[in-house]
Amino acid sequence: MEAFTTHTGRAVPLRRSNVDTDQIIPAVWLKQVSRTGFEKGLFAAWREDPSFVLNNPAYEGASILVSGPDFGTGSSREHAVWALQQYGFRVVISPRFGDIFRNNATKMGLLPVVLPEDVVGRLQDAAEADPKTEITVDLVERQVRSGDLVVPFEIDDYTRWRLMEGLDDIGLTLRHADAIEAYENGRQPWLPTTV
Amino acid sequence: MGRTLAEKVWEQHVVRRADGEPDLLYIDLHLIHEVTSPQAFDGLRLNGRTVRRPDLTIATEDHNVPTVLGPIADPVSRTQVETLRKNAAEFGIRLHPMGDAGQGVVHIIGPQFGLTQPGMTIVCGDSHTSTHGAFGAIAFGIGTSEVEHVLATQTLPAYRPKTMAIEVKGELPVGVTAKDLILAIIAKIGTGGGQGHIVEYRGEAVRKLSMEGRMTVCNMSIEAGARAGMIAPDETTFEYLRGRPHAPKGEAWDQAVAYWKTLRTDDDAVFDKVVEIDASTLTPYVTWGTNPGQGAPLGSTVPSPEQFDDPVERAAAERALEYMGLTPGTPLRDIRVDTVFVGSCTNGRLEDLRAAAEILRGRKVVTRTLIVPGSMGVKKAAEEEGLHEIFKAAGAEWREAGCSMCLGMNPDTLKPGERSASTSNRNFEGRQGKGGRTHLVSPQVAAATAVTGRLTAPADL
Repeated sequence: MEAFTTHTGRAVPLRRSNVDTDQIIPAVWLKQVSRTGFEKGLFAAWREDPSFVLNNPAYEGASILVSGPDFGTGSSREHAVWALQQYGFRVVISPRFGDIFRNNATKMGLLPVVLPEDVVGRLQDAAEADPKTEITVDLVERQVRSGDLVVPFEIDDYTRWRLMEGLDDIGLTLRHADAIEAYENGRQPWLPTTV
Repeated sequence: MGRTLAEKVWEQHVVRRADGEPDLLYIDLHLIHEVTSPQAFDGLRLNGRTVRRPDLTIATEDHNVPTVLGPIADPVSRTQVETLRKNAAEFGIRLHPMGDAGQGVVHIIGPQFGLTQPGMTIVCGDSHTSTHGAFGAIAFGIGTSEVEHVLATQTLPAYRPKTMAIEVKGELPVGVTAKDLILAIIAKIGTGGGQGHIVEYRGEAVRKLSMEGRMTVCNMSIEAGARAGMIAPDETTFEYLRGRPHAPKGEAWDQAVAYWKTLRTDDDAVFDKVVEIDASTLTPYVTWGTNPGQGAPLGSTVPSPEQFDDPVERAAAERALEYMGLTPGTPLRDIRVDTVFVGSCTNGRLEDLRAAAEILRGRKVVTRTLIVPGSMGVKKAAEEEGLHEIFKAAGAEWREAGCSMCLGMNPDTLKPGERSASTSNRNFEGRQGKGGRTHLVSPQVAAATAVTGRLTAPADL
């Protein structure tokens, strides 16, 4: 995956809560067997409404999505992350994320940033007042900056390191193949197999 | 200090632990279906990797399959199913394809085969994997990157979630089901209430639930935002498992049961969070909005957005009512529905079909009514009891096994503006088809609703 250190971009204010993964990418889009082309399905139903924020040309090219609480709840579909990335988003900011979505995002290098509700509101206000407003998301310093606003965000050291290095989890785990084998040799004898 | 059930099962599966890193967790069972696996197998091929433990992996076709006999008409769906068949053959994974006696919804077949057992770790690229927690397993949904990780390593790096107890006091009144209980819990704690936690459901009302009921409760843990839901195994669990094809036999059974009996939260263990709910005051529950937390007792009315103090909840309610086409103050019992769906990994098991059949026996449905068994095994068992004859006599459609109308990936969908009473798990906008409006209900309420055409409890008939 692409490494993430610091990103500066314009923001799309999405003033909705419980943006579930069925809204981010409706199920009908999940029939693809490839990993590309999902940007067309991003918020497909909502984009049919001309007044939906992504249809506003002022936000074209924006790369940071600033959403209300409980973003990415629901289904485990990683397609939601692919759709956001392929559309051009590098960061999603929300007061709360669905656990599986957040996990999927960090596996792919889309940075989920948790900020307090009032800060998210201020960022949305700023992006609405002037769509050219830039936000810097600094993973190295664990900080979000925009104008006078400087706010820290939390992310665990390991995930931060992995994102900054752009490392593939499987490669990291396979370094511990011996430990996996040792564990397997001690598993309880009654555990089922599928054969 | 004592440990919780979740902590015990987690610790048993730690392959490697290092400071400042997530635990490397061993996965006992990996369930696969056609939707979230193709890109994972592609990733394996790209990197020259293989499946570490095909013998701990099982695949089925469920999300895309039509529930009427015949081939898949949609070429895109067909390609996805054919891709799974190719991948399963190439990597040596057991697959239950359409038409096979073992085929069914992924979360129905694991327990049915006895592959889901207490104390295991179980994952699947599907958020409703939480279902298997009903057996005292840690079971959770993962994305496609993690599916690839499990295929390649049989492990997952993960931080142990916090623990949360939901203490259900008292007994469920007659006519109130596991589905009503979990809908009431989600309405109470919200769609984010369980975030970052493994929930353990405890208390008298939970102990008295059948395995089917426990699976319904654990299934919807994800709708409360929880990473997983669990119920400690007991005699009900052991009785369910005894004699199933993959359950331990003979001496191994005795060893397993002795271990399973240790899988309970110690009396002096401390949960990070505790929520209490009184089962004895519950009544049938339905949802009125577009997230599973927007639910209310069937006997109440459509709420007004002004009732919500929190501005975010108020805005969500306003939007939901607009989408659902509902007016505040309308009695929920006055809401007319076009379609009734009984099925899904939430309520597609034999007990659910029996409950629906009991209500439909000798009555006629006035709505389009789909009865979809969760697996071919459930279908066979239901037919042996003659349930299909009751459904057909009532005018309902008796279908083949699949995810069906739970999500809009197969031919069973709602048309724009159509309204359903559905035993599934999600009432999201467009979940059952673009523009469709979903009310989540129990199988009992679904069946009674099919008879009257309005949201109805069996007691109203």
